[in-house]
Amino acid sequence: MIVIGSPSGSSKPNVLGDLTEARARVQVVLIGGSAGSFSVTHRLLEQLPADYRLPVVVVLHRLKDKREGFKEALQIRTRVVVEEPDDKTLVEPGKAYIAPANYHLLFETPQQLALATTELVQFSRPSIDVLFESAADVLGPRVLAILLSGANRDGAAGMYRIGRRGGFLAVQDPADAAMPTMPQAALQLSKPTWTLPEYQLAELLCGLQA
Amino acid sequence: MFTSPQELDLELDRDELDRFIHEVRAKYSYDFANYAQSSFKRRVAMVLKKHGIKSLNYLTDRVLADAVFFDQVLLDITVNTTEMFRDPTFWKYLRLYVLPELAKRPELAIWHAACSSGEEVLSMAILLKEEGLFDRARVYATDINHKVLKRAADGRYAARNLELFRTNYLATGAKTQLEAYYQLQGGDPVFDRGLLERVNFRPHDLALDGSFGKFDLVFCRNVMIYFNQTLQNRVFELLHDSLFLGGFLALGAKESLIWCRIADKFQTVSDHEKIYRKLRA
Repeated sequence: MIVIGSPSGSSKPNVLGDLTEARARVQVVLIGGSAGSFSVTHRLLEQLPADYRLPVVVVLHRLKDKREGFKEALQIRTRVVVEEPDDKTLVEPGKAYIAPANYHLLFETPQQLALATTELVQFSRPSIDVLFESAADVLGPRVLAILLSGANRDGAAGMYRIGRRGGFLAVQDPADAAMPTMPQAALQLSKPTWTLPEYQLAELLCGLQA
Repeated sequence: MFTSPQELDLELDRDELDRFIHEVRAKYSYDFANYAQSSFKRRVAMVLKKHGIKSLNYLTDRVLADAVFFDQVLLDITVNTTEMFRDPTFWKYLRLYVLPELAKRPELAIWHAACSSGEEVLSMAILLKEEGLFDRARVYATDINHKVLKRAADGRYAARNLELFRTNYLATGAKTQLEAYYQLQGGDPVFDRGLLERVNFRPHDLALDGSFGKFDLVFCRNVMIYFNQTLQNRVFELLHDSLFLGGFLALGAKESLIWCRIADKFQTVSDHEKIYRKLRA
């Protein structure tokens, strides 16, 4: 189900539908992305108010030997605090947690993150699948997972798992994505709650706040 | 209509997982009870998938019946991914600020805790050579798994990792090229045997075993992330016991001891590189 949105915003209620249930249930927002997703993620984070009531946990594919600059770039103009968590960090609302270079990021409990240096998954470390599968396991239906642009298939299996556990799925519309492969791979496995262009993903995130 | 998913099913039955942990501890004396759940479940799920085993209880039965099979499972469950000079800025910091401090001592005792396949042991050996401290070093490298210790003692690595090792090395303030330290055999780098001549490889389980000596420098990098906080506290105490006063402790880039029970017994040398120093007994 590809929804072609109009920037006028007039169709907003129809496209996103009733968010009451998502507002009641979602405790954590997950974002995964690869090629072409950095600036999208940045713009999504920019939309969030400083007192955003949910923690946002992000895996973006990145160079493994570049530890500096990534978090700092995402923090520019962003009001929620952007952090590269240490191991066993407790997640808090109003913060965005970015997987550090060369580590997988996982949910250890519904409130706690963990890191791992285990083998690459889908040629990636951090891997979106690793984060999403761990979140599916410990948070189940209390998750909203968003999958963005990318040129590989990471994230599709994790989205599937979250869907199976009753979580909410949002996929960037492949027509809107710089690299459609990753959203398309997810759409081959799952029927997401929402398939949206970037500006409506932002509306969805802000809609969870209301 | 949908292609078949490749995902890992992490929803292992809690009772079955507890039975696996309990039986392995009873029969083989390895204790996984306080491993971090997220990674541990993922490892177990991968073992099930790899062997095409549907039920965790069946895996437990097989492991109990077959010690050779258990060895294989142990190798898969424990994490053995590492690289030479991982986080080059850490190694550069060691070279520039920690080794000169250690050079003031007549002897140098070093422990690589959970050394895995030995990439870090070799990295340190190269650093010691280049900084002129090699001959006074006494090095222990331990791991839970005797199979990876064997691999570490061989000093042979896969060709595909070489480019990364070389790039990392050059970023540490290298004195030469990494080629100076290995020869290719069948395309794979095999490191000079002399680099490991000061190293004593021995089995040691951080979850169960105690301290076996005092050291000037202890490496325990990217090990704590696989433990829960109960076990982390145990291990921090063990590492503290194993350090001379003023001895250095090196953790992984995203590990910290600031919240652990005995944090006040250490001083932070470099927060960015996660290097600490034993301040008091």
